Amino acid sequence: MPITAHIGRRTALTAAGALAAAAVLPPAAPAATRTPTEVTIAKIVGNRAVNQGRIAIRLPAIAENGNAVPLTVAVESPMTAADHVKTVHIFADANPFAEVASFHFTPACGRAEASTRIRLGETQDVIAVAEMSDGSVYLARQEVKVTIGGCGG
Amino acid sequence: MAAPMGTPRARIPTGVKAGDVIEIRTLITHPMETGQRRDTAGATIPRDIIRSFVARFEGAEVFRMDLHTAVSANPYIAFPFRAERSGRFEFVWTNDAGETARLTAELRVG
Repeated sequence: MPITAHIGRRTALTAAGALAAAAVLPPAAPAATRTPTEVTIAKIVGNRAVNQGRIAIRLPAIAENGNAVPLTVAVESPMTAADHVKTVHIFADANPFAEVASFHFTPACGRAEASTRIRLGETQDVIAVAEMSDGSVYLARQEVKVTIGGCGG
Repeated sequence: MAAPMGTPRARIPTGVKAGDVIEIRTLITHPMETGQRRDTAGATIPRDIIRSFVARFEGAEVFRMDLHTAVSANPYIAFPFRAERSGRFEFVWTNDAGETARLTAELRVG
């Protein structure tokens, strides 16, 4: 199931909770209803705030062959010893296993950008979570339409 | 039994000047078997993937990647590097069984 559906449901839940303030609704979705990706991302993030922006995920809009989809992820950063990107995690929520790859950068990279080719089982969002040297966390997502799935099923 | 680690390759740019941020491109032949597929007899083909790639320059780690089953067969990995001086890269790929493939490549900064 695409993660967007979950986010949409949660957003709807939150909105419903705000509207019906008198109703006793849980403040957040219980852990059991989270997707594996959401659980994994929550473990990485911990109690830190998740920021938007700074990450560019480059994927084809339509991937005709899900067995090898070119992916480039780039994060805006000066890449100095004091201020750099440490790790970028890539997830594909609709795959049998959501974890795709983690790129670990150092200031010696000069730029926080990496490319590889990935398998996507179906049309879905690819999610990137970047951990910075100052401990801050950024998240971005990019949809890719997959014509022929690539998980060998 | 794990698949052979295959032939690793790396492309280092030439004509590099000090301070340039270059892109290092690597490739290794490997099936990246997911463990999700079945053979013609219906038996599950065991998972067998390259799970780690490390790049070092003059002995110091500069880039590392953790790979999962969603990385395509014959993994292609490209990453940037700020070239300050000539030296030697070492690249190491490691599979589920702990077997490694190694490759060294020279960077010349003019």
